[in-house]
Amino acid sequence: MGPRDFEFLKDFLQGRSGLVITPDKKYLIDTRLLPVVHSHGLKTIPDVIEILRCGENEILAVDVTEAMTTNESLFFRDDSPFDLFRQQILPMLLERRKDKRKFRIWCAACSSGQEPYSLAMILHQEQNRLAGWKAEIVATDISHDILERARKAIFTQFEVQRGLPVEMLLKHFVQDGDYWQLSDQIRNMVRFEYLNLLESIKSVGKFDVIFCRNVLIYFDLDTKRSVLEGLRSALVNDGALFLGGSESTMGICEDFIPVPDVRGVYRKTECIDSVAG
Amino acid sequence: MKSCLIVDDSKVIRMVAKKILEDLEFETIEAADGQQALDACQATMPDAVLLDWNMPVMSGIEFLRELRAMSGGDKPIVVFCTTENDIEHIQDAIEAGANEYIMKPFDGEIIQAKFSQVGLL
Ligand SMILES: C[S@@+](CC[C@H](N)C(=O)[O-])C[C@H]1O[C@@H](n2cnc3c(N)ncnc32)[C@H](O)[C@@H]1O
Repeated sequence: MGPRDFEFLKDFLQGRSGLVITPDKKYLIDTRLLPVVHSHGLKTIPDVIEILRCGENEILAVDVTEAMTTNESLFFRDDSPFDLFRQQILPMLLERRKDKRKFRIWCAACSSGQEPYSLAMILHQEQNRLAGWKAEIVATDISHDILERARKAIFTQFEVQRGLPVEMLLKHFVQDGDYWQLSDQIRNMVRFEYLNLLESIKSVGKFDVIFCRNVLIYFDLDTKRSVLEGLRSALVNDGALFLGGSESTMGICEDFIPVPDVRGVYRKTECIDSVAG
Repeated sequence: MKSCLIVDDSKVIRMVAKKILEDLEFETIEAADGQQALDACQATMPDAVLLDWNMPVMSGIEFLRELRAMSGGDKPIVVFCTTENDIEHIQDAIEAGANEYIMKPFDGEIIQAKFSQVGLL
């Protein structure tokens, strides 16, 4: 692929999903786009780019955008955010929302579902305390393919061994050959929807807790800032925002400040008594 | 430094596991079957045991039951690591007192994830 094609693809992806690709990531383009090339009956990546330039093949444009996303995820990723959710945030919500008996959680880049399902398994563990409560988990992603996989909730042996405690495997999964199917009970606790963080954040409503983990890393500074501003308006005032282990709002967005002593958790700057402490 | 007893009848697997565990800063001891593992535990109780299932002389699950009945045998954290990957085996292992369960094939990442879940890292 020549430099002009690379530049075009770079701008195209940045405009579509926010993804920034640098020249040293060129190899990713080959491995990820070749399947798209073939599934559209084309021969080379420059063929794809030529069609994208015309701007008339939306299906191809979507396929290219989705193929370039990194969907790596695992259950209870990094453990500590989920421990914090269980030990601190959830008890706070139970206390503060006891009149409404209702709260909402949003996983804003949910990939194949491990993150929202981890939260659902935690809520299930606490089901006695949550009796009579309405706890909603909304999980969104830009990739239709990955959302389809997330809804099916069928995981490989490798996936169920990364982060998932074996007692939860026994409790919530049934084995089907080499695969593991998550129970309907947990699946039904999560609602999956398409959402591009660059576009329509306002449409999702308000949330008490937002997980937006390991997606900002792919964006440039301006995109990070505008996504964080969007998350700010989607988060209730005393809500908690969870970012990935290598992500931060520092120096990007003044609306959030880190919660002391717990990595990756943020609250609104304007709020002094957040559920995040 | 924490110690981990690696129990597997395959020398190759023991080698791979040893390398991974040493990178995670464990002192490692090796045993080729359940009986050797019991002898090792009688000498010194390790902090952790990485345990295969099918082995000659004494199987992993037999070892585990004996270990849990020994004095001080409740201490080591036992992580099965076996090709037995059906729910019945996993259930039996947990009932016999295993703390975690790895289905082979495994890699460093899985061992690390499981060991940190059970508080060994
Ligand atoms: C590495 S995964 C993170 C999954 C999960 N949050 C975790 O931490 O394990 C990143 C996800 O972000 C999604 N993504 C990328 N750009 C997006 C955008 N503009 N809007 C919504 N989702 C996006 C990708 O499709 C991918 O599934």
